[in-house]
Amino acid sequence: MAGHQTYEEQKALVFRGLMILGVITIVEVLIALLAKGHLVESIRFTEGFGHYLYMLLMIGFSLYKAYFIVFYFMHMAYEVKGLVLSVLLPMLLLVWAIIAFFQEGDSWGKRRELIRKKNEEMVKPASSKPQGLYRLPGATYYQG
Amino acid sequence: MADTSVAHAHETHADAQQNGSAWDGAKEPFKASYGKLMMWYFLLSDAFTFAGFLIAYGALRFSTPTWPEADFVFSSFPFVEGHLPLVFVTFMTFVLIFSSVTMVRAVQEGHRENQRGVVFWMFLTILGGITFLASQAYEWTTLIAKEHMTVSVNPFSRHVADGIYLNPDGTEMRNPDGSIKTFSKGDNYLLHKHNGEFDIPLVKYTTGEYAGQVMEAGFGPKAFGALFFFITGFHGFHVFSGVVILSIIMINAASGIYAARRNGYEMVEKVGLYWHFVDLVWVFVFLVFYLL
Repeated sequence: MAGHQTYEEQKALVFRGLMILGVITIVEVLIALLAKGHLVESIRFTEGFGHYLYMLLMIGFSLYKAYFIVFYFMHMAYEVKGLVLSVLLPMLLLVWAIIAFFQEGDSWGKRRELIRKKNEEMVKPASSKPQGLYRLPGATYYQG
Repeated sequence: MADTSVAHAHETHADAQQNGSAWDGAKEPFKASYGKLMMWYFLLSDAFTFAGFLIAYGALRFSTPTWPEADFVFSSFPFVEGHLPLVFVTFMTFVLIFSSVTMVRAVQEGHRENQRGVVFWMFLTILGGITFLASQAYEWTTLIAKEHMTVSVNPFSRHVADGIYLNPDGTEMRNPDGSIKTFSKGDNYLLHKHNGEFDIPLVKYTTGEYAGQVMEAGFGPKAFGALFFFITGFHGFHVFSGVVILSIIMINAASGIYAARRNGYEMVEKVGLYWHFVDLVWVFVFLVFYLL
């Protein structure tokens, strides 16, 4: 296991890992504070294209951090290909899960909104009995 | 790692092929020991559990018209008064990064069969884990005791449209300088408790669907509190388990058990995989709860 690197190279890797993870985290937080308008009052990326760009950037940074931890700290880079594939390929199922469940969440939201609107709807009071109809017990109208 | 145990394993492997029995445990799939391989598959299944929780967070967030903003909710810092958005969680992230790095050092010293080095770096890793747990305890205490967020009550929310605040008698609420107290769409607010009761302010919206109506600026989406405590709690429980397991392995390493096995402190490597995974999950908890 340890044969692939010298001791000096290993220590260098640890330092590089600390730098990469630390710098990315600081950059992420600074961008987040900027995007939410905490650093410069006039700049904000909370809506529209800027917001999507911001979210993509954050997801990209996080995925890179995850890649670095798995491949170098957890030594995935030095494992046999079969092991790498058997661990990483099942993760692709999550792509489906994200698409399906976000779609589902959006649909819950729309349905909840529809129900709220229907609940708030005012029913027009009937001014007179409909013409040509007889009222039967049980409040149903019957055409006679 | 071309040491005695592996050489022995390969001998038995050749033996097993001759006798046609691959079931005696000698064959190592993917050239990794069973312990390491099974740790990888456990972590894979655990990754799915966490992914399920985080995707549930996303789905519920998509289903509500408002959602509290992280930089407003998480803005306290120990011993500091005032608004410091995301500073404390950044500190927590760094604690985990450092403890991950010290864990890598422990595994490396293990490969060199350096017992003192393994114990020293594992001890620092455990300290990191305990610091993280203490930080999380502070974060939870602030949310529960100071801001009154629970699993089912979420006093954090955002306004759905522009409007003005009203006094309980229906008159316009005014700032100390006499101007009318207004808010705009997307502004965050936190409901405060007075004498054990939540103080729910009256508002009158000036834009949007409810323009002109007097309404209560009520509680935020209930799911937020439940998801926050459940997901960060589940992660915190992983950290706690990690601290316990690391402590056991460190004591074992100090007692010389692993030195006697002469397999490059493989136990340390396995618990290292678990500990890096805890850091890995935090990368995504941090992304989903605090950055997006």
